[in-house]
Amino acid sequence: MVSAVFHTPLEAVAPTPVAAATHPKPAMAAPLAQPAVETTRQVATSPWRERFAGFFRSVLPPLLGLGFLVLVWSLVAGTGNNGIPTPLATWTQAVGVFSDPFYQAGPNDQGVGWNVLMSLQRVAVGFGLAALVGIPAGFAIGRFEFLSRMFNPIISLLRPVSPLAWLPIGLLVFKGANPAAIWTIFICSIWPMIINTAVGVQRVPQDYMNVARVLNLSEWKIFTKILFPSVLPYLLTGVRLAVGTAWLVIVAAEMLTGGVGIGFWIWDEWNNLNVASIIIAIFVIGIVGLVLEFGLIKMATLFTYEEVKS
Amino acid sequence: MIAASRYIEIQGVEQTFKTRKGNFPALREINLTVAKGEFVTLIGHSGCGKSTLLNLIAGLTTPTSGVLLCADKEIAGPGPERAVVFQNHSLLPWLTCFENVYLAVERVFGATENKARLKARTEAALALVGLTPAAQKRPGEISGGMKQRVGIARALSMEPKVLLMDEPFGALDALTRAKLQDELLEIVARTHSTVVMVTHDVDEAVLLSDRIVMLTNGPAATIGEVLRVDLPRPRQRVALADNPTYQQCRKEVIDFLYTRQTHVEKVA
Repeated sequence: MVSAVFHTPLEAVAPTPVAAATHPKPAMAAPLAQPAVETTRQVATSPWRERFAGFFRSVLPPLLGLGFLVLVWSLVAGTGNNGIPTPLATWTQAVGVFSDPFYQAGPNDQGVGWNVLMSLQRVAVGFGLAALVGIPAGFAIGRFEFLSRMFNPIISLLRPVSPLAWLPIGLLVFKGANPAAIWTIFICSIWPMIINTAVGVQRVPQDYMNVARVLNLSEWKIFTKILFPSVLPYLLTGVRLAVGTAWLVIVAAEMLTGGVGIGFWIWDEWNNLNVASIIIAIFVIGIVGLVLEFGLIKMATLFTYEEVKS
Repeated sequence: MIAASRYIEIQGVEQTFKTRKGNFPALREINLTVAKGEFVTLIGHSGCGKSTLLNLIAGLTTPTSGVLLCADKEIAGPGPERAVVFQNHSLLPWLTCFENVYLAVERVFGATENKARLKARTEAALALVGLTPAAQKRPGEISGGMKQRVGIARALSMEPKVLLMDEPFGALDALTRAKLQDELLEIVARTHSTVVMVTHDVDEAVLLSDRIVMLTNGPAATIGEVLRVDLPRPRQRVALADNPTYQQCRKEVIDFLYTRQTHVEKVA
């Protein structure tokens, strides 16, 4: 029953990943993405038996996996008085929560839709600023060895730091919860973009650079005609990693800063001892993360040239 | 006239690479002059430093000692007046054939000519190698021979003083290679280009060259012998097969490569 809660949005996503299927993607996304595509194809072309085989191969396993999840959840909820709501109770509450996702009853009591949108907005702003700084920085570091030697120690030192450690600095400097959360997103999403872009620039085939040297191209032409197209796939990988991390971090950051946001919503519901809502939030976070990932993979596939991938 | 007969001048060039095992002497005592409009091939066993010498003329690397001159000016770096046709074509995969050539044309003539003229030059270069129909295709969509022809078109479109070719047909099958060699003969006859070409194919060297420069085995390779190919142009592949001069030249190169400079396989 509960599987429907997170199955519905998946079906909305599923028709797109035809292109994405050829592209490496996280193990989680792969098995979930295939069923819808394969079944529709088989319906059109194959006899009944093959259709059944296709169903057995691609639809049954994910459904069984989801069923397994619900089973374990029911078992955990059923044993003793640990406060975890049953799948059915969560489903009932989810129907209530999603029947009016955009209500507003004061600054600390808003619908789940608003909370998700606020979180996404923070991620977008923080990530956008990080891209604005990180991508040019990555190009500069990749292109000039001096800069690479200069900044590599700093990057190595700061990259492993949990982004949340930067939150107090953000609160101190920006004197507000919202900019501090954005600052945290900025810090956590800038590293993958700098590093991937720089690596991409360093891996531009020497042949192409020799062409640039023989033609004596200007630095601007080298950038637009050789560096940028060649680095784009690496850059988009960096973007994907950055958005993934940002979405992980925003929940934690919002728990600490408060306001409106999915992380704050979880913490608020915890204070209300409303565990069903927390589980709903977990599913919502997972689904939004999945959608972000799909979108970016699709974009990466669009911009990757056949010869660059190999 | 001195500049014409000594168009490229290589004087006492030595090239040593620094490796982890110490210095590796690749070339020593290279002295060579190439006249304007001359077709010279560098031949030798693999690893003997042919490409190293070509890269030196291109200016992609600088010699450890010695001087290289082109038209009485020292070669200080790479430049469009010495166009290179790379062994693996080195076309940019995200640009169409037209755009790949246009990039070079725009660089060389963009400052002095208008857009229509640049486009005409690009189209003319592609037509020269017979690729007008493939102009809007990307390198990934055409065959290896066609890619190499785009590479040649790109080099020729710059109207270079010198055309440098690094085993341009090495990766192609025999039939395509023969076809491109014939095309190159024709193009060079029409454009009077000065060409330095690296090859390991004896027939290719004899068919195309005015002189064949034979390099000894490395390390520390040097010029072992220079053979003048006194065959009249235009040359026809089929007619040459029975030509005694052709066979004599061929024999001399083979004799050098396989009798006096037997390739010693290094311990694998």
